[in-house]
Amino acid sequence: MQSQLPFYPEQASNFAGSVDSLMLYLSLVSLFFAAGITAAIVFFFFRFHRKEPNEVGVPIYGNMRLEATWIIIPFFLAMTMFGWGAVVYVEYRHPPQDTLDIYIVAKQWMWKAQQPTGLREINELHVPVGRDVKLIMASEDVIHDFFVPAFRVKMDVVPGRYNTMWFRPTKVGRYHFFCSQYCGTNHAMMGGWVTVMEPSDYAAWLSGSSGAEADPVALGEKLFVEKACSTCHLASGLGRAPSLNGVYGAKVLLADGSTVTADDAYIRESILQPNAKIVAGYQPLMPAFQGQLTEEQILGLMAYIKSLQSLPAPAKEAGIAPATEKK
Amino acid sequence: MSSTSTVPVHTMPREHYLNASYGIRSWLLTTDHKRIALLYLIGVTFFFFVGGTFATMIRIHLLTPTGYLVSPETYNKLFTMHGVAMIFFFLIPSIPAVLGNFLVPLMIGAKDVAFPRINLLSWYIYITGGCFVLYSFFTGGLDTGWTFYTPLSSVYSNSAVTPAVIGIFINGFSSILTGLNFVVTIHTMRAPGMTWFRLPLFIWAQYATSIIFILGTPVIAISLLLVGLERMFHLGFFNPALGGDPILFQHLFWFYSHPAVYIMILPAMGVVSEIIPTFARKPIFGYSFIAGSSIAIAVIGFLVWAHHMFLTGQSTYSALTFSLLSYLVAIPSAVKVFNWASTLYKGSISYDTPMLYALGFIGLFLIGGLTGLFLACLGLDIHIHDTYFVVAHFHYIMVGGAVMGYVGALHFWWPKITGKLYPEFLARVAAVILFVGFNLTFFPQFILGYLGMPRRYHNYPPEFQVLNVMSTAGASILALGYLLPMIYLTWSMRYGKVAGPNPWPATGLEWHIDSPPPAENFHVTPEVDWEPYDFGNRPDLGLAAPLTPSHAPAHGDD
Repeated sequence: MQSQLPFYPEQASNFAGSVDSLMLYLSLVSLFFAAGITAAIVFFFFRFHRKEPNEVGVPIYGNMRLEATWIIIPFFLAMTMFGWGAVVYVEYRHPPQDTLDIYIVAKQWMWKAQQPTGLREINELHVPVGRDVKLIMASEDVIHDFFVPAFRVKMDVVPGRYNTMWFRPTKVGRYHFFCSQYCGTNHAMMGGWVTVMEPSDYAAWLSGSSGAEADPVALGEKLFVEKACSTCHLASGLGRAPSLNGVYGAKVLLADGSTVTADDAYIRESILQPNAKIVAGYQPLMPAFQGQLTEEQILGLMAYIKSLQSLPAPAKEAGIAPATEKK
Repeated sequence: MSSTSTVPVHTMPREHYLNASYGIRSWLLTTDHKRIALLYLIGVTFFFFVGGTFATMIRIHLLTPTGYLVSPETYNKLFTMHGVAMIFFFLIPSIPAVLGNFLVPLMIGAKDVAFPRINLLSWYIYITGGCFVLYSFFTGGLDTGWTFYTPLSSVYSNSAVTPAVIGIFINGFSSILTGLNFVVTIHTMRAPGMTWFRLPLFIWAQYATSIIFILGTPVIAISLLLVGLERMFHLGFFNPALGGDPILFQHLFWFYSHPAVYIMILPAMGVVSEIIPTFARKPIFGYSFIAGSSIAIAVIGFLVWAHHMFLTGQSTYSALTFSLLSYLVAIPSAVKVFNWASTLYKGSISYDTPMLYALGFIGLFLIGGLTGLFLACLGLDIHIHDTYFVVAHFHYIMVGGAVMGYVGALHFWWPKITGKLYPEFLARVAAVILFVGFNLTFFPQFILGYLGMPRRYHNYPPEFQVLNVMSTAGASILALGYLLPMIYLTWSMRYGKVAGPNPWPATGLEWHIDSPPPAENFHVTPEVDWEPYDFGNRPDLGLAAPLTPSHAPAHGDD
């Protein structure tokens, strides 16, 4: 892929350039200080070598001005490193709007990716070049970490929560990804390839592979009935639990008077630990599904609830049943 | 030794702490801090061998991309047990418990530590904890990483986690008791005239370390106990399936384990602050800045732990805060380096082995410390977190820094501990071999990390092989560099030249008494009326007058 001994990996995402610039800046500052101090020590070492066995050095006890200098200058340099690093990090932690969302489920010792169409891959990830891609990641067991060196991005994948990361691939090609959080026996085998494609190739690849049987919405809809969610979460809003029509992405009023946005993390929590946040006007009746669903089943339910996003909500205010039922 | 040629031949003192009493009971039931120090020396040397053996196997295994020596399970156990043995049972007790125990009372003019029997107890606790951990190693091993991240350690690992966490839990009390002993000793048992600003800088470093021992160790003891409880009784502290939070463990773990890095490096900094003025024969530059920076590192070091967790999904504000604080802790470390370098200016510098180690320490600590700035940098950490860059960085601090300091200290105080001189030429050669071998082992790992090789991989893509081979080659040189001192130091105990009370000469109180010291240290309680490292005003050392007459100011700085 590259010459025998490169010093940095390929640059294939929007973050690669900024991370490498930071690296260069810190390396130059460090080199300056390391070389300067080493040179001074080596010079003193030979210049002031002991000539007579009984000789002593010239007593110098200190110098306030020097102390102030080597406190203040390193402090300001350190603050530039902090500030610049913070800018890159804040951008990385705040994905832009309108991303291509791909769900990632990690388990000992494999990666499953699920494209927006429901198409699934294992230890492979296909993304279009030039598009902002957001990975929404969950773990079935221990902590993993999704790491693409050529993109200069990584993020822990933590059981019990969703972590997200984003990047914009800038170069078509195939790049290694690794698990970089130690996760047990085959940690080193838990890697694969990201394939960055031209958008047209990506679209062709998506449609060329059949994803019907893996349709997460269908899985979610089936589970919604099997797990008896449908007995309370009536679409009409007349059930013992709120209707899920139009909930995804909307603001929800809670029993304690606060509001939350019904994002992935909220819906996940409401499935696994429903009593954590009770919707205003409803009783805490729902059983907890903590430990009873696989991450893929949760993703299916999530996809199903997401598919109801476009349906109109039964009422403006949660908890007040509407007069008529729409379906 | 450049200065010994003019010194008359010494004879060993008739009575000293080593021959004050005989028999195994006189050692195992001793309350003499110097003998306890030697008991610790045996313990930490044993664990250094254990950890070093694991390291050797790791490096041999990584010679090829597919790794031919051991299975993935075994590899994971090797790096875990390497870390546990080296960190909890070698590095943390090395300088504080071996040299600290030997030197703290001698340096302040006391006859022993404040609680001699508790001191012996802490050694027994250390050995007990060590036995539990060895039991874990030999009955299934340990494969969680020394970091014990949950829920891998508390739910999924099939290895012997429970005895290991019990062992580390027990061992923690040994650190706490040692820290307590030192704090009380330094506060209450200083000789008349030994004011705080006349204390050797090694004592300041031990004091700062002891504070971390007392405040930090209970936290790791408790968090590992929680891991054990979750494993045995399925309590949901960290397991998300039971409503626990795996990230909570990381907070608790790093609350101790980041300050633990300063437990390892601060005493080594104290050693360097003793060696440099001694072999430059002049007062240390900026005494109060070096002393104060030890305390600053100990205090700020408690406030940076979550910089190990920038990519766990923690809030951006938390990440910003911990990055900023991490940059602040770099300043006192930089201050020390600048002051050490300035101390050399217009010194009378000898090339004795301890000096080579001290200067080697500065060089390696510089690289280790500066690369810490890279990891504290939020944007850069996204890429280099959990790669070999981290492995290289902390080995530069812990091995390049702490172990160089420890080996340098062993050489510096060896004449005091044993009464014998080590072979100087061989020792200088070994110091150079260590320095070269260390850099060849660990510098390529910075590049490996930036290229994207993750930590804790038993195999790797072939493009990483060149750098791994360099690293393994360096490790074999490094191993030679460690074996040499073990051999010639042991040899010198019997065959070395008699050292005399003060072979260098140095200014500390420990050099006023015989080598090896008498069992009660000081026949008469010494009175201190001189400033630290003030070679120009110490006619008792038999040195020439300084080139520029001067009078030491009360606090060491102008």
